[in-house]
Amino acid sequence: MKISRYIFVGILLGVTLYKAEAVSWFRIYEMFHFQSFHMYGIIFSAIIAGMGIVQIIKRTHMKSTEGKEITFHPKDRSVPRYLIGGIIFGLGWALAGVCPGPMFILMGSGYTVFIVFLAAAMFGTFTYGLVRNKLPH
Amino acid sequence: MVPDFLIQLKDFISQPWPWWVAGPMIALIMFILLFFGKEFGISANLRIMCAADGAGEFSDFFKFDWQSQGWNLMVALGAMFGGYIASHYFVGGSDVAHVSAATVESLKELGFNYKQGEVPLVPEFYSWESLFTLRGLIIIVGGGFLVGFGARYAGGCTSGHAISGLSALQLPSLIAVVGFFIGGLVMTHLVFPILF
Repeated sequence: MKISRYIFVGILLGVTLYKAEAVSWFRIYEMFHFQSFHMYGIIFSAIIAGMGIVQIIKRTHMKSTEGKEITFHPKDRSVPRYLIGGIIFGLGWALAGVCPGPMFILMGSGYTVFIVFLAAAMFGTFTYGLVRNKLPH
Repeated sequence: MVPDFLIQLKDFISQPWPWWVAGPMIALIMFILLFFGKEFGISANLRIMCAADGAGEFSDFFKFDWQSQGWNLMVALGAMFGGYIASHYFVGGSDVAHVSAATVESLKELGFNYKQGEVPLVPEFYSWESLFTLRGLIIIVGGGFLVGFGARYAGGCTSGHAISGLSALQLPSLIAVVGFFIGGLVMTHLVFPILF
């Protein structure tokens, strides 16, 4: 693992999401009210560019810097897991106005109270780890 | 003296970024990580941090080689640096969310009386003081819990499912994203009128 290059990728992510206002609770609120194209534009253009990238990687059998061909692991087929888990995540995303990326970004931009948010999110993940065998997947 | 072109570059970056810059940039980030043989997924860090804190004692879900995932923690650390850099050097004199006029109006119904162009990027309830109010506690602690629980249950968050998953045409990711929006719409339209 070369540390610096991953930190650089993170910096790029942080500056991008901050400058595009995707870290803003008000932008997420606006999105769920369908009052602006902005957030949809970010997500859709990322997906469309991403689809092109994935196709190029697959067709050229591109190799990663580790020398292995880049592969995409198909996710397990299921409905309840993704739907119920997704709904729970969506409730939190709209309530807090941040998803995990912006959580780190805002912490870095000086909103230290996000340390509490991070602790709560870790506790949420921990709780999932404890009860996952009892949940439909 | 700082060369002129660097100052111009700083001013250029300091503008609010339009969606058509941010979206392809996110796709580029996904590509860089794939090129390094990794996958773009920020919420995995929550599981890694739990495992690093010894959660493996309580659940096998946290018994994995988390050290091999250290690169993802570095991405999260970089995101923190990115947030610091953007908010300290590239704010361009204003730190506002340029939301639409319609949003400014509907925010008034929740009790946010902002003029257009003056909506802050981060709401006031993100402060240590608001942890002592019921609403602040619900948003910060409750919101964090739901995000952490839901992301792992769904197997990913906005980066892992909406961006990486949909780019690779993964049906499970589409189901997850539909779930994100069902949850988000319920929260925004049904719970917010009670909460605010």
